[in-house]
Amino acid sequence: MQFWIIQTLNSVAFGGLLFLLSSGFSLIFGLMRIPNLAHGAFFMLGAYFGYTLLSLKFNFWIAAIGAGLGVGLVGIILERFVLRQLPGNAQGQVLVTLGLSFIVADLCLLIWTGDPMPLPAPQELRPPLRYFGLAFPTYRLVVLGLALVAAVGLYFLMERTRIGAMIRAGVDDPEMARGVGIPVSRLFTTVFLLGAALAGMGGVLGGPILNAYPGLDADMLPLALIVVILGGAGSLLGAFVGSFIVGFLYNFGIALVPDLAYFVLFLPMVLVLMFLPQGLFGRVQL
Amino acid sequence: MKLDRRTAIKGALAAGVGSQILKVPAAAAQAVPIQVGFLTVKTGPLASGGIQMEQGLTAFFKERNHMLGGRKVEVHTADTAGNPAQTRTKTQELVERIKVNCLIGPLAAFEALAIDDYIRSSQTPILTVAGAEDMTQRKANPWLVRPSSTSAQPSHPVGDYAAKDLKMKRVACIADDFAFGHENVAGFQRVFEDAGGKVVQKLWPPLNAPDYATYISQLKPDLDGVYTGHAGSNGFKFIKQLREYGNTAQILGGFTPVDESLLQQMGDDALGAITGNWYSAQLDNPINKRFVAAIQKDYKVDPGVYAAETYLCGEVLEQALKDVGGKIEDKNAFMKALKSVKLKESLRGPMHFDEYGNVVGNNYIRKVERKGGKLVNAVVKTYPDVSQFWTYKPEEFLKQPVYSRDYPPAKNLEQ
Repeated sequence: MQFWIIQTLNSVAFGGLLFLLSSGFSLIFGLMRIPNLAHGAFFMLGAYFGYTLLSLKFNFWIAAIGAGLGVGLVGIILERFVLRQLPGNAQGQVLVTLGLSFIVADLCLLIWTGDPMPLPAPQELRPPLRYFGLAFPTYRLVVLGLALVAAVGLYFLMERTRIGAMIRAGVDDPEMARGVGIPVSRLFTTVFLLGAALAGMGGVLGGPILNAYPGLDADMLPLALIVVILGGAGSLLGAFVGSFIVGFLYNFGIALVPDLAYFVLFLPMVLVLMFLPQGLFGRVQL
Repeated sequence: MKLDRRTAIKGALAAGVGSQILKVPAAAAQAVPIQVGFLTVKTGPLASGGIQMEQGLTAFFKERNHMLGGRKVEVHTADTAGNPAQTRTKTQELVERIKVNCLIGPLAAFEALAIDDYIRSSQTPILTVAGAEDMTQRKANPWLVRPSSTSAQPSHPVGDYAAKDLKMKRVACIADDFAFGHENVAGFQRVFEDAGGKVVQKLWPPLNAPDYATYISQLKPDLDGVYTGHAGSNGFKFIKQLREYGNTAQILGGFTPVDESLLQQMGDDALGAITGNWYSAQLDNPINKRFVAAIQKDYKVDPGVYAAETYLCGEVLEQALKDVGGKIEDKNAFMKALKSVKLKESLRGPMHFDEYGNVVGNNYIRKVERKGGKLVNAVVKTYPDVSQFWTYKPEEFLKQPVYSRDYPPAKNLEQ
């Protein structure tokens, strides 16, 4: 019984972290059709920015927001000066963002060295919660809560606000949107800013669990890809459900069949791609 | 005078004979610097260790003023990026284009294995730091010496210490699911179980597992200790997450999880961890004191095992060159000298090689303590003259399969 409770908690907490990672990826990929393979690098960059802000004695939450804005800025530069040159060229976008992720990784190595850097969680969240002989890290539950808040916030932004409607219109038919006076290119930059900032903040919030270290980008990017493929590109609900599915698959997969840790993670992705290419909640592309 | 072929040959011969008598060519040969190829990792996830390897070697040559055995030494550094294919390309480039006389490195076992056959065919002497057991055991490479240790060599004493000194009975092992992790845990398990302990769990997270929560939640509640054989930043992450889950088990470990390069960042999570290694920045000998001071001065860090192993390679190379009078060009004689290097004093204490080219030397049991406000690996026990075969007979040891995930078999696992 204890096994099921603790592994379920592990799964949802990890799922929350994954949502913080993959919502930005889903946003950019789903709305702008840009497969941003630098997303893992954004996450890592956020963690390092956060580390630097924390060592400058900034408050943890301020560091998270600051790092998010910093990475968002990097995202804007990338979108404005590089990706804008390659509209509709998915192959070019894949290669450019992949190359940029390597460059970011080596710059991080240059600046922050190869040693892993810890991001301490706020002091009051450090002692684990203990109930009925179970111990669970308080901080992980806070991350889960933040992921839920982010999910609700993004939902309202995209579905219930004017700006969300304009973004969706710009994606569906940019020419028509421009015709009715929607500043499509500025909106796309905004989406990229938002996606990158979410990744950067996710890096800081994940920091107390994962640390910032070289290779963090490559460890996290495949997880974001699985989440978005499972859930369906362009669907926030998809990214949300996908995150928790991956959280459960990863934790229970490892616990029950430890020798097949990655098999249980990637097999569902292969199956989904084969039988439901648009993902569980993805929109069918017209 | 008309210069035809015959006079040219005569002249050359005369010059040769003449200089032979005057010993000119010897001096001329000596004037050519020795070329050392250095394979390390400067980019990618393994770069942390690779950069420290470079710091250690730089410190060594700075101290010797780039002179060994009376000759100047030039070091050519190649970045393998921790990638076996690139290691192979870079090695070939160093040997064939730069014509290096010997190699130092590479960092990782799979890199060393990738160049194993090339080292044999090109007959290039190499001082390696990579752990791969069989390169000095069942498939010993005649052109290779290893002054640091195999992957399992330092974990044998930890098994002995845990069973006999700490009186532990039940231990869980966890390590990265690749050759180094397998070999490192196998060495501990074998000695620990031979001394009466039981390894009741063996967990193998993938090398790039983002999160160890599942594994930590599975650890049994009544363990005497948890042995971690993680490499790189993974040991750091594991220990941190273990404490995050409120688990206070005694940490045992191989030489990588609480390396000096990680220790300062780890904070109280690592306090009390007991690990085995052939090195600690705390070693109380004059060579190490000088070395630690130099690294602290130049890089503002305590040297860990990666920096120590290249410095040690330098010391071994120096002794071998002394023994052959600087004539590294005679490869066979140099290789023989390399294998018979016996240092009474080195960075790690006394050391020599066994007939397979692997080091026999002190191994230390270290405990993480706070000294003067910073964390250090305090030496709590010294095991002298530890060989890669521990106390087992080499012939019998080599008849067994190489250490792996499933060897020695874990008979005491509990579900």
